Amino acid sequence: MSDKLPTVPPQDVRGDFSFPEQHAYDAGYGLTENTIDYICDAKGEPDWLRNFRKTALDKFRKMPQPLHWAPQEIAALDFDKIRYYLAQGIPARKSWDDVPDDVKRTFERLGVPEQERAFLAGVDAQYDSETAYKNMREELSKKGVIFVNPTEGLSEFESVFRPWFGKVIPMGDNKYSALNNAAFSGGSFIYVPKGVKLAQPLQAYFRINSESIGQFERTLIIADEGAELMYMEGCTAPKYDSATLHSGVVELVALPGAKIQYVTVQNWATNVYNLVIQRGLAMQNAEIRWIDCNIGSGVTMKYPAVILQGRKARGEVVSISIARDGQVQDTGARMIHAAPETTSNIVAKSISIGRGRASYRGEVRVQPGAAGCRNHTECDALLLHAESRTDTYPAISVHGDSSGVQHEASVSQVDEEMLFYMQQRGLTRAQAMSLAVNGFINSLVNEFPMEYSVELRRLIDMEMEDSIG
Amino acid sequence: MSLVIKNLHASLKDGHEILSGVNLELPSGQVHAIMGPNGSGKSTLSKVLCGHPDYIVTAGSAELDGQDLLSMTPDARGRAGLFLAFQYPVEVPGVTNANFLRAALKARMPGGEELDAVAYYKRLRTVMKDLNMDTKFSSRAVNEGFSGGEKKRNEVLQMLMLEPLCAILDETDSGLDVDALRIVSQGVNSMRAPFRSFLVITHYKRLLDYIVPDVVHIFHRGRIERSGGRELVGYIEEHGFDFLKEEDA
Repeated sequence: MSDKLPTVPPQDVRGDFSFPEQHAYDAGYGLTENTIDYICDAKGEPDWLRNFRKTALDKFRKMPQPLHWAPQEIAALDFDKIRYYLAQGIPARKSWDDVPDDVKRTFERLGVPEQERAFLAGVDAQYDSETAYKNMREELSKKGVIFVNPTEGLSEFESVFRPWFGKVIPMGDNKYSALNNAAFSGGSFIYVPKGVKLAQPLQAYFRINSESIGQFERTLIIADEGAELMYMEGCTAPKYDSATLHSGVVELVALPGAKIQYVTVQNWATNVYNLVIQRGLAMQNAEIRWIDCNIGSGVTMKYPAVILQGRKARGEVVSISIARDGQVQDTGARMIHAAPETTSNIVAKSISIGRGRASYRGEVRVQPGAAGCRNHTECDALLLHAESRTDTYPAISVHGDSSGVQHEASVSQVDEEMLFYMQQRGLTRAQAMSLAVNGFINSLVNEFPMEYSVELRRLIDMEMEDSIG
Repeated sequence: MSLVIKNLHASLKDGHEILSGVNLELPSGQVHAIMGPNGSGKSTLSKVLCGHPDYIVTAGSAELDGQDLLSMTPDARGRAGLFLAFQYPVEVPGVTNANFLRAALKARMPGGEELDAVAYYKRLRTVMKDLNMDTKFSSRAVNEGFSGGEKKRNEVLQMLMLEPLCAILDETDSGLDVDALRIVSQGVNSMRAPFRSFLVITHYKRLLDYIVPDVVHIFHRGRIERSGGRELVGYIEEHGFDFLKEEDA
């Protein structure tokens, strides 16, 4: 579909396979104080973190599910039927040769080591609850870049990470932030020093292997003044009958003049609840871009946010979601203009196939005193079938003077005349649909790094073949 | 390829009949023109032959080299060699001309075979040059933002690239200026061959001065009312279609 040729060999982009469980640590089902003690003991965490987690657990228990607005499907999520910590009890390796064979084979099949060799600055490969492999190019360590897991980040680099930990997304922000704070494990803590610009992306790959697991990724990225980086995350899981949960918290801090670009290609199996909170804080002249693609999962709730905290800060969300039969993609974006002359841009495109349901939920807020702010929002939905569904819930509030907010929305169906035209040229109906869908999101797919856009197009083609062909 | 249509009847889904017994024999190697007043059903005939979902065939048959066209899906008809240059070409947002044509060519290849990308682009550029098209059009979305004339030229580009065996041109001349008409006609004429047939639907004599037909059919009230040689074109140019009304009376 693309003129560009793939630079990495074909991989198993769906990832519907698994290996037998070999866990040294298994905290069992349900989340209690005992579970937290088990996790803290396994990870050897300090007391303050143990208390922090328990406070979060308390908040989690007291907060209701947000059923007054959220997709009703999350009511079926039973927190007592989730396993909160599964690990092989081996520290993250710096060489793929030292990674246990089944785990290594998993990531090889997903193409991770190849991508690392081809174009990445560093990789974190998480398998169930813990990181199996984590490595970064040596020259970056020499420049002072830190790329570690949360436990290391909060113990070995406490002075760097603790001041920002939980500051962008407070523990009690919502039920799922509380849950993540209680149970978090895995993810990346990254610090890029002043003026350091990473030429190649860092990547995290989240892999679920075991049934009924809850994966609570925790990521904190701090780009110091004038620093720049791109971070990419991919996710896959085998399909199980029982529900699995991925509930991450991702906090970004872009200090003055820094730029952070965060790319997600989410392709979970359809039994996964993907309930993720992503929020960035952009200081003066800083820029945060979320590039978000949701293809998999049963239910996704995800609204990447940027708090534009400093004058002239910029925020952007580029979002693609595809909802097939039985999938709910409840995605969107939030832009909080808290300083003058801040600008933001949201482009969201969704595709609903069969009974799939895609929603756009967005908030654009210009706070009092934030004058001269600009936002542009464009959300377009494409419905492939009569029973496909899309909903748009924009919330806009402007308190700053001389600010401008624009919102454009469209809903369209694949035009029968267009399909007939393409079929006349010899394309099957599925090929024609696939081409029409690719055309619909083409401008956004080009926003993804090339290696990802090739993968993305291939995924979309496969989804079309399955849905229509 | 030959196209043989016998007693073809087709209706809209609401039951309204548009084609009322079309009979036509287009042998391989020939060019037939269809002329007729607005609303006589000429465009409907082209769409029904290609399998447009808005129409239901209620009686009759249509065969492409003996193959039953009407039982085939629209895309199978296309791959079998039938091509329609649309009267109103459709826009395909976000899909470039080059990618669209490549997908159409690939759809014609046996499974597992790959298109030679270098040879393809080379040929695309050559054909575009022949049609006096800016090669920039290859990276623009199919028909999006094209003028009427550009769209028609793009249809002819697709025809030259896909090399159909039976091509229907539905008012391809409308919207074209004299120069464009000449270039487009040259393109069509360059494709004339003993194994290929053309059905040219038009209102004007102009086009038929360039693409000279073997047989001319007059379409009226959903069927072919009269057939003849080139001289019919001149007669219509002079007298219009009024004689059809007189015959009705």
